[in-house]
Formats: sequence, C-alpha cells, structure tokens
Amino acid sequence: MIIELGHFALILALPLALIQATVPLWGAERRHAGMMALGDLTALAQFALIALAFATLVNAYITSDFSVLNVAENSSSAKPLIYKISGVWGNHEGSMMLWVLILTLFGAAVAWFGDNLPAPLKARVLAVQAMIGAGFFLFILFTSDPFQRLADPPLEGNGLNPVLQDPGLAFHPPMLYLGYVGFAVAFAFAVAALIEGKVDAAWARWVRPWTLAAWCALTIGIAMGSWWAYYTLGWGGWWFWDPVENASFMPWLVGTALLHSAIVVEKRDALKGWTVLLAILTFSLSLIGTFLVRSGVLTSVHAFALDPRRGLFILVLLAVAIGGSLLLYAVRAPALAGGGLFAPISREGALVLNNVLLTTGAATVFIGTLYPLFLDAVGGPKLSVGYPFFDRTFVPIMVPLLLAVAVGPFLGWKRGDLRGALERLWIAFGLALALGAIALYLSQGGPILAVGGLMLAAWVGFGAITEWVGRTRLSWRRALHLPRAAHGMTLAHLGLAVTVAGIAASAWQVERIAVMHPGDNIAIGGYTLHLDRLSGLDTPSYHAERADIRVTAGDRAITVMHPEKRHYPLEQMTRGETAIRTTFLADLYLALGDDDGKGGATIRAYWKPLVPWIWIGAVFMALGGVLSLSDRRFRVGVARRAAPASAVTEAGE
Amino acid sequence: MRRFLYIVPLALFIALVIYFFVAMRGGYDPSTLPSAMIGKPVPTFDLPGPLVPPSYAGPRVKLGFSNRDLLGHVVLVNFFASWCIPCRVEHPVLMGLGPAADVPVVGIAYKDKSQDAVGFLNEYGNPYVAVAMDEGGRTGIDFGVYGVPETYLIDKHGIIRLRYVGPLTAEVVAREILPAVRTLQQSP
Repeated sequence: MIIELGHFALILALPLALIQATVPLWGAERRHAGMMALGDLTALAQFALIALAFATLVNAYITSDFSVLNVAENSSSAKPLIYKISGVWGNHEGSMMLWVLILTLFGAAVAWFGDNLPAPLKARVLAVQAMIGAGFFLFILFTSDPFQRLADPPLEGNGLNPVLQDPGLAFHPPMLYLGYVGFAVAFAFAVAALIEGKVDAAWARWVRPWTLAAWCALTIGIAMGSWWAYYTLGWGGWWFWDPVENASFMPWLVGTALLHSAIVVEKRDALKGWTVLLAILTFSLSLIGTFLVRSGVLTSVHAFALDPRRGLFILVLLAVAIGGSLLLYAVRAPALAGGGLFAPISREGALVLNNVLLTTGAATVFIGTLYPLFLDAVGGPKLSVGYPFFDRTFVPIMVPLLLAVAVGPFLGWKRGDLRGALERLWIAFGLALALGAIALYLSQGGPILAVGGLMLAAWVGFGAITEWVGRTRLSWRRALHLPRAAHGMTLAHLGLAVTVAGIAASAWQVERIAVMHPGDNIAIGGYTLHLDRLSGLDTPSYHAERADIRVTAGDRAITVMHPEKRHYPLEQMTRGETAIRTTFLADLYLALGDDDGKGGATIRAYWKPLVPWIWIGAVFMALGGVLSLSDRRFRVGVARRAAPASAVTEAGE
Repeated sequence: MRRFLYIVPLALFIALVIYFFVAMRGGYDPSTLPSAMIGKPVPTFDLPGPLVPPSYAGPRVKLGFSNRDLLGHVVLVNFFASWCIPCRVEHPVLMGLGPAADVPVVGIAYKDKSQDAVGFLNEYGNPYVAVAMDEGGRTGIDFGVYGVPETYLIDKHGIIRLRYVGPLTAEVVAREILPAVRTLQQSP
C-alpha cells in the first residue's frame, strides 16, 4: 500500500509542475503578484510530494519488499543496510527518482530562500525549473516507473551489482546529481534572464552561489568516482576517459568556465551573452551526459538503461530543453549589450582566456567521446578513441591554462600590467624551476613529461600562495578582512596545483607482480612485503580469499595489509578488494590475484608516489568553493545590497 | 553579422539532435551495431602473447596467435581489457561458458599492457584457450572494434559471422550466440 502512495505522489507532482511552468510565467508577463507567488507554493508542494515518493521507495528497499519489481530486481535481504539504501539509486528507475528529488529540492530552495529576488525573475526561474521537472516526471511515469508491483513476489531479490556495493560508489551518484541538477538552477536563471531581456550584476550575484554549490558537488562526485576506480580496479588506474566519466567531466569544465565568467558579469558588467550561453551549455552537457549514459548510444557498466524508448524520450526532452533555450538565446542574446570595456591584458582578459581554454577542452572531450559515433554515421572507418587522443589534445590545452592560472589573479581589472604581474611571480617561477631540477635529477632517465607536469603544478601552487601572501601580508587582521571568496580562490587554485602534481607524479609508479607462497617476501618502494597467510572468509553476501601481508621497512614493522578477492554467489561475480596504505606522500597498493593451486597466489604490489594528491586536490577545490559560498555577499538577504567595495575587496576577486 | 554568431550554437545543436535521432531511429542499438566486417574474412593479424612472469604457475594457455590459427573451428574472438569495467561484468559469463558450450573462446587484450592483462586474468580467472596482446589497438581497428568488450563469432572458414558489442550476458549467450555456434558447427 505504501508504495502506491509514493506512486500517487509522483503522479500528483506532474500537474503541479505543469501549473508552475505556466501560471507564474504568465503572471510575470502581466505583473500579477498572485500568479507569480503561486510558483513558490507549487515548488514547495512538489518537493514535499517527490520527497514522499522517494521515501516510500527507500522504505520498500529497507524492508526488502520484493513485491515491488524494482526492489526484487536490485536488492536482496542479506545486504547491509547502507547498500539497501544506496541500492535505491543503483538502478535506472531509482536514480531518476533521485534526480527529480534533487531537482525539486533546488526548486523549493529557490522558492524558500529567494525572497529578495525580484518577483518576476523568481517566477520565471521557477517556471523554467518546473518545465524541466515536468519533462522528467513524464519520463519516469511513462518509461521508468519504479513503483510497479509484481503479482508473484519472489522470496529473495536479485541483489545489487557487487561493483556498486562499495562506499565510494554508494555516494558517487548523489554527488554527481547534486552537481548536474544544481546547474539546472543556473540554466533556469539564464533562460529567465533571456525572457526578461536583462542580465546585470545582481543577476550574476544570484547565479554564482548556485553554480558554486553545484560545481563543488560535481567536483566531489567526479573525485569519488575516480577514487573508486582507483581502489577497485586492482592496478590503481584512476581515470580512463570512459564515456561516462567524460559525461560528468564536460559539465565540470564548462561549469568551471561559467563560475569565472559570472565574476566578470558581476564585477564589470561585461561578457553577459557569453555567460548566459555558458549557463545553458553547462546544463545541456549535464542532460547530454544523462542521455549518453541512459540511451545506450554508448555502452558502459554505468549504463543501466538500454531501452531505446527511453533514449528517444530523453532525446526529445533534450531537443526541447536545449533547442528551446538556444533558440531563445539566438533571438534575445544580441540585445544583452555589454557594459565594461577592457584591454586584452587585464583581469577580464585572463578570465576570457580561462573560458576559451576550458570550453575548448570540453569541446575536445566532447569530440573524443562522440567521434566514433560520427564516423559511424557517415560510414567512415570505425575508430576507437582512447588515451592517445585525449593525451594529445586535451593535455596541451590545459598547459597554457595552468600557466595562466598563476598570472590572472595579479592582473587588474580593465587594464593589467603583465610585466608587473610576472615580476611578482619570480619566486614562484624560481621554486618551480628548482623543483623541476630536483625531480629531473632524482628521476634520471625517467619520464620527462612528468617533470614538466610537476613544474606546472609548482608554478600554479606557489603562484596562488604568492598572491595570497601579497594580499594578506601574512597578517591575521588583513586576512580576516578579506572576503572569503578571495580565500576560496586561493584554496581552489592550490587544490588544482595539488591535483596536477598527483597526476604528474603518477608516472613514477613502481610495480611488482609475483606468485607468492606463505613465507615468501618481495621488496618494493623501500618496503618489504611478507606473505604470512592465505585464508578464506565467509560473510552473508560473499566468500572471500584473503591474504595477510606484513609490511616492514628495514627492521621496522609498518603494518599488516589484507587484500581480498571476493566472490558473490547470488550475483555470480568476483571482485577484488585492494589493500592500500597511504602516507599521503605515496600509496602502497596491494591486490590479490588467482591462487596457483599449490597454496600460493599472485600478488600485485604497486608503489605510487603522490597519487593521493589527486583527490586531496579535488577536496581542496571543493572546499575553496564552499569557502566562497560562505562569503557575505552571497548570503541570503545581502544579494541585492552590494557590499561596499574597498580596494582590498576589489583586488580579491 | 554579429547576430549570426548567436545562432551558431543553435545550428550546431540542431545538427547534433538530427544525427542522434537518425542514429536511434535506425534501430540504433550498440549491441547489434551492424558491422561492415560481417561475411568477410577475419583481418590478417599475428599478435604476440602477453609476457607471463617466469614465476607464473597457473594453467597453460596458448600465448599469441594469428588469424590462420582460427581456421578450421567455429570460434569466439573476445576483445577485452584490464582497464575496462564492463569486461569485469562480462567475465563471469565467459567463465561460465565451460565445456558444455563446446566453443573455444580466444581473447585479445585490446590497448592493454601485458602485465595488466595477465593480472586481470589471474585475478578473475582465464576463460580463453589462447590470449594475444593488441597493445597498439591495430588489430582491433581492423576488426572494427568500437569499444571493449566486443565479441566476434568466426566460422570454420575464418569468416566473421556475428558481432556483439558490449558485455555478453547469460541470456544473450543462450539466445543468440550458442544457437549461431551450433548452426555453424553443423554446416560444412
């Protein structure tokens, strides 16, 4: 009965969304306060209904109600509670429910916290938001209904794909969705602004926090996915240019560009048309990402839905949402006259360069992801695009970006002094050179590109620190008076440097693969690994083979590590469980392979310098975003009262 | 002129949608991608096997093979890679084929490093009677591999008869692959 209640709530949300998509829009046109205010009510009600629907689905999973088709197909009673809950979005139907839950949550947040928005803008934003919502409700109800009952409930469910039974993957989709859907708000603001024909600093100040919040979530979501790949896949790869990874990376790149160009709109009243376009593109790429993953146009393990009907539905949704907004853009954007003029060498110029490089990067990823399909369409030879393509196209685009990241914050608005900026960066330049020389010396004959990467990272990192030191002059008082957004920028740029360093240094990894018997030992990265024991282990959901490996350095005992190989009988799958010991400067990474039938087993050991920095850097970036988000200017109630701009504040953005 | 610039994004997008639509209406299902190679002989190749560590003590399989080795049997050629997640999903299905299926499966590690491919097979088990390394992906391109995993059914005369893109499932094997194997095995 409860699940039907959820179904009913979802159905009821559809007409509400349709009302919200039309009445407030019309009200905004006629300046009718009552009609505009209706949007708030429906947005809150929609969220309540979807939350109820989602809760009933979660309840069905927790209580293992196998009379619900979706639960029977994707859950089992023997799973730990956390994977019963994460199983809700571990399948196509449930993940779409999560999508609309987050969408309506953001809609309700705009309604609730948006009191200081101009009423017509708010009404239009909510209307656009509801259009997206209505599209997705229809999609769920007609093609992906998670609330279907089974006439003959089975005694046990099919279980959750063991690959997904993992803390990293359990929270990876919700974070990604928070990002994707958060960009829907920026999109709604952009479309509303086009309808209104007005983009100003206040608009940018409203868009930025939403974009920032979505960007932070997406950053963490992508990092989690990559971290998951790292510790699951058994040899420590962390990025594969897989279509699904690319689908989340493209909105991130364009979203990063949007964050930066919105600053120009806010501060200088320029780049308006471009910023609106970026807001549309960011969400469009999120939608295209969904389409790619769900339609079966590209195959991947993440692709739950291989139903062409769903693909077609999403395609129509895509055509209406993106096509409609771009049409509106083509008609209205030329009227968005930019105010501030600026010289090429200026803060604005640097941000334009950032935008151009980031969007070009996103375009290469887009082409790399879809190129094989295009070739297929024109009957050309089949080609597969992998690492080599991305290494040769994407990476070179990022090099000038990294070079510019350190310089940009030193340039003034309108007209910057490039020489002055570079002079202030000489220490960072020297440190980067010194680090490069040391790395070159230590890795004689090693990968030369990695040394270059490390130098770039040092340049970005020390550049960010130089800029921060210059602004705070290392005084607490000055630091506290700076807007938090300035500290956020420093932290995010520092995070970028840390990530780049981690990526560059991964070229220096060492690996040993050996068949070991209890009592054997091997040496790697200054450690000695002793295999003490191989044993079996049974739990309700899997059977594991497990190795006890003692790690010593010289005479010193470091730790005991337990790589496992797990077999899931219900799902008929085997999965490795790697053991990782990190010092934050390097990881020792162990994976257990097949046994040799004579009491021994293959052990794969890796020593990976600086690899944890890849994700630590991502966390820094997200924290930088959160810090900016907590800036006074963005706080509820201050949005329209422009903060008095002191010289310090101005320099800090 | 300036106005024209604002129409560019829309125009590009329309082209993209038309393409997607045509692709999908054409019954676009990646798992049954029509292959220009069907009905044609297996491309010529001669690939080395993976380098197996000297300490390796597991069951022996043929390391490296060429297109001539495929002649005379109905055989499944499976492209896999250690870096490919769907391959991990597919793997138990291949492992489960067993003697009852009565069709040899040979594996080509696509754009993969030797030690990674060996590590993958050590960890998850080896379903192949022969394994070869296509490190540069050249042979994969000749076959028309779009992405891994991909599986080709080759008849006794070395002609490609069927192509399956994406992870094989037990259902696909029972419904499509094995019946085709039987038919081909019975034909001369």
